[in-house]
Amino acid sequence: MTDALLQVDDLRVSFAVGGLEVRAVDGVSFTVDPGRTLAIIGESGSGKTVCCRAIMGLLPGTAAISGSARLRGSELLGLSDAELRRHRGSDVAMVFQDPARSLNPTMRVGVQITEAIKTHRAVSRREAQTQAIELLRLVRIPAAERRFHEYPHQLSGGMRQRVMIAIALACRPKLLIADEATTSLDVTTQAQIMELLLELQQELDMALILISHDMGLAASYADEVVVMYAGKIVEQAPAMRLFGTGGAVRMRYTRALLDAVPHLERPAHYPLPVVGGRPPDPTALPPGCSFAPRCASAADDCVAKAPALLEHAPGHRWACWHPCENGGAA
Amino acid sequence: MTAQPTPADQPAAGEPLLSARDVVQEFVVRERGGGKAGVVQAVSGVSFDVMPGETLGIVGETGSGKSTLARAILQAPRPKSGSVVFRGTELTKLRGGRLLQARRHMQFVFQDPFGSLDPKWRVRSIVEEPLIAYRTGDRAARRKRVDELLDLVGLDPARYAKRHPRELSGGQAQRVAIARAVALEPSLIICDEAVSSLDVLIQAQVLNLFEKLRSELSLSYLFIAHDLALVKQVSDRVAVMYLGKMCETGPGEAVYRQPLHPYTRALLDSIPSTEPGAARAAATIKGEPPSPINPPSGCRFRTRCPRATDLCAQEEPEPRELAAGHLVACHFPLNQPAPVATAVAAADAATGVTFRSV
Repeated sequence: MTDALLQVDDLRVSFAVGGLEVRAVDGVSFTVDPGRTLAIIGESGSGKTVCCRAIMGLLPGTAAISGSARLRGSELLGLSDAELRRHRGSDVAMVFQDPARSLNPTMRVGVQITEAIKTHRAVSRREAQTQAIELLRLVRIPAAERRFHEYPHQLSGGMRQRVMIAIALACRPKLLIADEATTSLDVTTQAQIMELLLELQQELDMALILISHDMGLAASYADEVVVMYAGKIVEQAPAMRLFGTGGAVRMRYTRALLDAVPHLERPAHYPLPVVGGRPPDPTALPPGCSFAPRCASAADDCVAKAPALLEHAPGHRWACWHPCENGGAA
Repeated sequence: MTAQPTPADQPAAGEPLLSARDVVQEFVVRERGGGKAGVVQAVSGVSFDVMPGETLGIVGETGSGKSTLARAILQAPRPKSGSVVFRGTELTKLRGGRLLQARRHMQFVFQDPFGSLDPKWRVRSIVEEPLIAYRTGDRAARRKRVDELLDLVGLDPARYAKRHPRELSGGQAQRVAIARAVALEPSLIICDEAVSSLDVLIQAQVLNLFEKLRSELSLSYLFIAHDLALVKQVSDRVAVMYLGKMCETGPGEAVYRQPLHPYTRALLDSIPSTEPGAARAAATIKGEPPSPINPPSGCRFRTRCPRATDLCAQEEPEPRELAAGHLVACHFPLNQPAPVATAVAAADAATGVTFRSV
């Protein structure tokens, strides 16, 4: 896998909060190949967002970051702001959950897109404007010339997210990170935006990282799925391997995430399988497996020693002493 | 599991617990300077019943008017017109203390628990407040009741009663909000996106809690959410809203297995599935919902509907009962063949209009 677009190795991020060390990301390694889609799945606080923000250089100076994240072989961690700015936008771009808060409410959207273009390219104002309108068309915004002169509040949530994607694509990045980019949108709008992202991915030969809590989104749109829990990757496999009938889920946490989501196929009032407890306190992670306190099949060895994330089957990594059989289907 | 009371078990002559008829809610939008810029038709003539022990789920996207409808039921604010009868009392006519008394049996759980819990109060006071407000029991009795309520929602009173909301997780805070909602033994709880902000594992816990309370306290729910699978999970009957109107109502299973309204079909097709064999969610409807200030004539969904014809623009479809308890407001429901192509082809053939390239 030397031709990976992004290679993340043993990434660790911790924060000092009130004299305690919060280990937000705890030894994460993964790769993204050009033009592919990786989904990073996890609950709030699992470290999925911090992980990607570290790669983008968007964490505050108080974060202690170690490990490596190489984009086409060049290291992204520890770069100066100026060096980072060169990468951000042109190589890697990010789209966030809340487009209303990511856009400047006092600036017309056209100006905001033009600004992104002029930051990265030496072009005239007129040329930047032409490109901006082209970008609006690229993200399938109808009446692009008119929208160019509108303010964010005049656009719907879906349209704002399209504008954010247009800004992210201004310099044709090779990797786009979408951090819960469709979470605040309606399902029909989400379907439109996801379709748009996949079309653009084809057109621009771009790799995607989808950060989400939604297993359905990962199953429908990702090639590869990474499941995070308490700052660690606990399972990673191709989406086809994890989901569906004959799915080969080995980690009980992944199984729990899949089972806890209401399914249309189930009858009403179906009792959802419940996992008790909460994710561990990130300032006091247990010495063994982080999921052991909530795991139905935890044994003494789980509490004593954390299982390593190993490739047990081709392309399928998991970190569990007692993985489930038959995909864990009840 | 013991048999749950379902609508089918109710006597046919059973009185509904909550009955809404032609509820209309509108808001005037002002221009800069105070002139009238338009009227947002948030809820336009919605009717439904909730039977005792039943859960009615209301599904809709942003701007469909589902939350406005919930608030209109609660008379906060009072609907512009229409009738809301709860436990035999017409709420829209009541004022002040009488309204408060009538509303005692109708409680609300909102999306953001931290927004609905006073950050300066401790959990015990938060849960006790409705008991004091409605003068229920003396101090010792109330104290005992708060302990019971916290137990009921799965929070250990010894550990949690003295905490402030900020010392709780999202799931725990929502449990406190639920404990407060059931404190006065309501017969109806209106849940407005009550689990939408929670992580899936916590969401499953809270959903199961709702089910437990339903059977233990014989509650009815009006369960409002944008997530169809979630609504299906908890509801006996499901109503689908679009732009201030109900387009389809029916038993949950029927609405999901055989949707009759094209909008319901589009919503169902948009849900990403964890079955990779299933077709990837295609954007089945294009564009954006029209403005509720100037909704389309006739059927409000027609501007985005693949089956719309001229009739849909001219005439508003009335809700029709096409199967037992399954109502749809559509001129061309999905159990009939698509009208557009056939109608046009038939017209062409009949009038002898030239066929273009074949």
